[in-house]
Amino acid sequence: MTTVATPTGAAQTMVLNMGPQHPSTHGVLRVILELDGEIVVKAEPIIGYLHTGIEKSCEKLTYAQAITLTDRIDYLAPLSNNLCYCLAIEKLLNLQVPKRPQYIRVLLTELTRIASHLVWIGTHAIDLGAMSVFLYTFREREEILKILEYVSGQRMMTTYFRVGGLALEPPPGWLERVRRFIDSFPDHLDEYEDLLTNNRIWMGRTKGIGVISAADAIALGASGPMLRGSGVAYDIRKAFPYSSYEEFDFDIQVQTAGDCYARYQVRMAEMRESLKIVRQAIDKIPAEGPFRAEAPGVTPPAREEMKTSIEGLIYHFKIYTEGFAPPAGEVYQAIESPRGELGVFLVSDGSAKPYRVKFRTPSFIHLQTLPKLCEGRLIADVVACIGTTDIVLGEVDR
Amino acid sequence: MDPQGADKNPVVLKLRERDAQAISEVIEFRGEVTVVVPVGHLRRTSEFLSADPSLGFSFLADITTVDRFPVEPRFEVNYHLLSLERRERLRLKVRVGGNDPTVPSVTPVWPTANWHERENFDLFGIRFEGHPDLRRILMPDDWEGHPLRKDYPVEGYR
Repeated sequence: MTTVATPTGAAQTMVLNMGPQHPSTHGVLRVILELDGEIVVKAEPIIGYLHTGIEKSCEKLTYAQAITLTDRIDYLAPLSNNLCYCLAIEKLLNLQVPKRPQYIRVLLTELTRIASHLVWIGTHAIDLGAMSVFLYTFREREEILKILEYVSGQRMMTTYFRVGGLALEPPPGWLERVRRFIDSFPDHLDEYEDLLTNNRIWMGRTKGIGVISAADAIALGASGPMLRGSGVAYDIRKAFPYSSYEEFDFDIQVQTAGDCYARYQVRMAEMRESLKIVRQAIDKIPAEGPFRAEAPGVTPPAREEMKTSIEGLIYHFKIYTEGFAPPAGEVYQAIESPRGELGVFLVSDGSAKPYRVKFRTPSFIHLQTLPKLCEGRLIADVVACIGTTDIVLGEVDR
Repeated sequence: MDPQGADKNPVVLKLRERDAQAISEVIEFRGEVTVVVPVGHLRRTSEFLSADPSLGFSFLADITTVDRFPVEPRFEVNYHLLSLERRERLRLKVRVGGNDPTVPSVTPVWPTANWHERENFDLFGIRFEGHPDLRRILMPDDWEGHPLRKDYPVEGYR
């Protein structure tokens, strides 16, 4: 206990451990709160409970094997991680990916963005006392996971993007399922907004709470909706387009208030923008064409060839056992994940295994803003502030 | 790839113009520019890059280390900078030896560096001089060793 000066005079503070087992910390986050009554004097996030050493493990795997680990970093947006890591390898190899897999990648990562935002709005609302939104959003999220399962065979840990393109040809009729989902989804979005946007309790719990200025957000390295909610129109899909994003027509959603409500508005509007992108992608994806780049020694031969020719079998075996060796060098590839700037720094020493892989994860950096968001506020607002940063602890600790 | 191309980069020219000693090497690979800076010049170069309005590298995306063990100097600390206005990225790199690796902290320049530097201290054992609160962040406080160093085994007993 320490004595602090407060507006009403000197007071004794109390230290309270929030977490690591706390339902609204979204995983195993511990926040040490120093409290003056109900006012938070100091908040200190303690992390590392979910540290699994993914970066170290990657160094012992071939480039392609490590893709499966990237799913587990941000388990709410596995395809975004797959994409970022694969793009980094492709940059290292100077490998051109055909347009068809590029558009499919865009479509699926935008669906992932919607699924991730649905988990966020559901859990954020449940933390602030609106139980029903959670039940609705998880219903729609399940529809997206069913599409991902239909395409890749997995609901969550998809590992569907591979070096040079996709793991396999998407099954027939998958676009029909996507179309059915995007036709029904705008009504569901309206439904969530009916429940929240003008809800007095929701506004009371989020407006003016967790305010961060644009200058502070930049200084603390915030990106994604955390930055756009403070009025900075920075979106990597526009600033440094990847995977043909420059061919898609969508707007950057910006709000200037910098509070929890502004970030809520940004994310809700982003889901509508994602729908626009998905709709355009459906029209753009050619019915015929390769689902993977042809790069001898890097991408495996077609399945038919592997089964009928001895060269094909040898190549298949060599690629899956030895892997491929990109030239020595280092690249940094960033994408706009649902949470913000997801970066992969990849260092190659010319061997078949990455020399060093670093994941620049937005959650890690956003958690650093938590003290800024909630110090001086009520203890009940800490929950709102954790929710609004949209952290995934797997991504924080890696 | 083309060393001439990297030397003509406006940011590199600007840095050279300010202090030719502050750049020991410029690397260009796959369109990404890396400026290698002597450790002693890191703090001043960072301040210049973030404060100069025509450069505007106000956003520090990431700090990360590469361990080149057993080569000396062993550690390369990489700073990924971003200029939001000009939509440009730049990588700063400093090289430090394995014997008590010490790098000046850039937390006063970019506050976001606080946790990045703690992470590099934790996993690589690099001391950031002038850091306000240099403690382990991911590993337990009583952990021995620095897991991402190349002489730290991936599996089994040490």
